[in-house]
Amino acid sequence: MKSIEELRRLREEVRQMTKLREGSPEIKIIVGMGTCGIAAGARETLNTFVQEVAEQSIEGVSVTQSGCVGLCDREPIVEVQHGAERTIYARVTPERARRIVTEHIKGGRTIAEWITRN
Amino acid sequence: MEELALHILDLVQNCVEAQASWVYIRVAEDPALNTLSVSIEDNGRGMNEEQQARAIDPFYTTRTTRKVGLGIPLLKAAAEDTGGSFTITSAPGRGTLIEASFVRDHIDRVPVGNMADTLSALLALHNNIELRYEHVVGDRSFCLSTAVLREICGDELSHPRIVSWLRSYISEQENSLEV
Ligand SMILES: Nc1ncnc2c1ncn2[C@@H]1O[C@H](COP(=O)(O)OP(=O)(O)OP(=O)(O)O)[C@@H](O)[C@H]1O
Ligand SMILES: [Mg+2]
Repeated sequence: MKSIEELRRLREEVRQMTKLREGSPEIKIIVGMGTCGIAAGARETLNTFVQEVAEQSIEGVSVTQSGCVGLCDREPIVEVQHGAERTIYARVTPERARRIVTEHIKGGRTIAEWITRN
Repeated sequence: MEELALHILDLVQNCVEAQASWVYIRVAEDPALNTLSVSIEDNGRGMNEEQQARAIDPFYTTRTTRKVGLGIPLLKAAAEDTGGSFTITSAPGRGTLIEASFVRDHIDRVPVGNMADTLSALLALHNNIELRYEHVVGDRSFCLSTAVLREICGDELSHPRIVSWLRSYISEQENSLEV
């Protein structure tokens, strides 16, 4: 069983790491979390991004949400913001989320076939 | 939706949109009485009687991106499909309480589902909201409070590594509620 002592130690570790880097995140991952998104699987998509960022210790990336943006037929919708550059991906399953982390977030290459327009 | 946990995630999003600073989620299962109830309470902007009546109508929404609001009608239908009930208690400026009761062993009763995934999503997204969750099954219970977690984790509470740890922790605790 996981113990609260373990959580305390993890928090200390995280604090030491984040102290080293100041400033706002360079990349934002924004997952659509309206009813339409949730019904299409956005919870798993969001948790996959959170877990990948955690496991690979990727710094400078935040995972946030938007409401329904009117693309209900293409949910889960994920927007990646990197400075002024915005990319909107459609039907982002956990598998697609993992590839977006590897290729776009870490590799800097967008995945053209999943991009959608609003 | 296939899990009560997904309905809960969706309804807490309404609380957040209503500017709540705290949300209290309770899932109470009583195998002896064959009941299961879900309640979600917040201190957000609340609704007057007309707004409450319209909220249970799928063709009412205050959102502008889509013509129908689905969250509340979906949970209401899920409860009533089992012979259970659904109520909204709310007043402007006073917050909102949503309660859905289910007949627990009814064939159409939606399973509780993955509360660890729902709570970890909420923890990752809403760092500035106090969340309290309680799940009671007979004489066992599990409680999670962000006020308590914040004492341990401070501002790092919504850090991906902390959230991932909490997701496994909640999952373990939820599993131990099953008999
Ligand atoms: N906790 C709450 N506090 C205040 N108002 C609420 C609350 N929950 C719902 N409402 C009101 O009821 C309306 C309907 O809610 P519902 O969740 O059914 O649909 P929605 O949020 O508008 O759209 P979506 O389908 O994306 O959920 C909301 O637009 C909001 O105005
Ligand atoms: Mg809603």
